[in-house]
Amino acid sequence: MSETTQEVSPVETREGTVEITLKVNGKSHRIAVEPRMLLSDVLRHELGLTGTHVGCEQGVCGACTVLVEGEPQRSCLMFAVQAEGREITTVEGLTPEAGLSPLQAAFERHHALQCGFCTPGMIVTCEALLRSGRPVTEETVREAISGNVCRCTGYQFIVDAVLDAAKEGAR
Amino acid sequence: MKPAPFQYHRAVSVDDAVTALATLPDAKLIAGGQSLIPLMNFRMSRPQTLVDISHLDNLASVTLSDGVLVLGALLPHQRLCEDALIREQVPVLAEAAQHIGHWAIRTRGTLGGSLAHADPAAELPAAMVALDAEFVLRSVRGTRTVAARDFYLGFLTTDLAADEMLTEVRIPVPPQGWYGFAEVARRAGDFALAGAYVQVRDDGGGSVTWFGISGGPERREFESVPEDAAALWRELLADVDVTDDDDYRRHLGVLVADWAYRRAQGEAQR
Ligand SMILES: Cc1cc2nc3c(=O)[nH]c(=O)nc-3n(C[C@H](O)[C@H](O)[C@H](O)COP(=O)(O)OP(=O)(O)OC[C@H]3O[C@@H](n4cnc5c(N)ncnc54)[C@H](O)[C@@H]3O)c2cc1C
Ligand code: FES
Ligand code: FES
Repeated sequence: MSETTQEVSPVETREGTVEITLKVNGKSHRIAVEPRMLLSDVLRHELGLTGTHVGCEQGVCGACTVLVEGEPQRSCLMFAVQAEGREITTVEGLTPEAGLSPLQAAFERHHALQCGFCTPGMIVTCEALLRSGRPVTEETVREAISGNVCRCTGYQFIVDAVLDAAKEGAR
Repeated sequence: MKPAPFQYHRAVSVDDAVTALATLPDAKLIAGGQSLIPLMNFRMSRPQTLVDISHLDNLASVTLSDGVLVLGALLPHQRLCEDALIREQVPVLAEAAQHIGHWAIRTRGTLGGSLAHADPAAELPAAMVALDAEFVLRSVRGTRTVAARDFYLGFLTTDLAADEMLTEVRIPVPPQGWYGFAEVARRAGDFALAGAYVQVRDDGGGSVTWFGISGGPERREFESVPEDAAALWRELLADVDVTDDDDYRRHLGVLVADWAYRRAQGEAQR
């Protein structure tokens, strides 16, 4: 994984793969991928960023949500080759070197996670909401996470956590 | 499961895209991938070549000229919801787009992709039929324009040829009369079980366009709406070949038309 970005992409290399440059969490990665590889799989298996979870691979569960140019998108519904040239942010990129982000801390305070499977997608989606400048109300939070399935919490504590984090941000 | 192998071509222009589409083996366009990739993940679709048009950012434009609102094929659904010009000129389109999937789907899925994919329960194809839009289709053979009403031919079937790309949508504005929209879905973000657009003109006449109840958009005209509006919707639904659950779909069809009609009336009184 060198960090050069000069080559014109995608370049066909060994049979069946192309070389691309992926920008993830502020770092450029030069990697060879098969075009059919989903961004979710490349993040997890090639880059070791296993915070991005994979549930359904059909866009429904939201566990794989990442930010593309700051907007929430499904990494299971995007080929890694398509993501070239775009700024990708995963949950790792939203986590400080030490400790937790204010939103993550609010999740902890409010017990907004149990098994944690949905949590990365929730954090990514809700962080996008907080950063979007949209009003943060119970209604907009519920609308934002309507595409993120949680089997454990019943959502209420997640909503509480996001509203709390929004208040904190405003202080 | 994972998608089957394919060759990847990233288009750098519309010309490049249609040339690739015409010359590469078993080539298919990919825009937002929000319909195509789920199908490929389950190997229900396995094209040999994908021509990626998702980087043609200049096709994500909204312009207004000479009474025509021109929407680029690569506009993500979320832009339909939020764009100031769209909200001003065709608010019903912005409202309907809000019902497409979830936020993370709307930021990626495109107008052209939805119109070409032609899911019978999709909001946008019916919107275009209701709004008398035209589609501009490009191929190496040239450019043609087709009315949305003539484009939809039945279940997942359109007038789009295998070598054609939908590049833009042209909506005459201001629309004639007032529009209302309504749909019923089991959960927020699900495809609609039934939906409708109702247009009401100054003279009391108008049209209703249903989606989700049959193989594609179903538009019917009316001269006026009687006191018992539901009777009119039932009558107009009579010759629609509904997908399944005959009584239930027709019931929903009446319901959504009625709600959409009331909203159109509300718009008219503003
Ligand atoms: C969880 C989930 C929920 C959804 N809910 C809804 C919903 O409620 N309502 C709804 O309408 N949709 C829904 N969708 C589908 C979504 O709207 C898609 O974005 C849309 O149907 C296809 O757009 P796309 O850009 O993603 O197209 P793609 O998936 O890239 O392509 C779809 C098809 O269109 C062709 N195509 C794409 N662009 C063009 C073009 N410019 N010219 C010619 N052919 C083209 C492709 O070759 C392919 O056959 C949902 C999707 C998911 C994953
Ligand atoms: S794994 Fe992507 S939405 Fe479920
Ligand atoms: S915490 Fe278990 S799925 Fe949400």
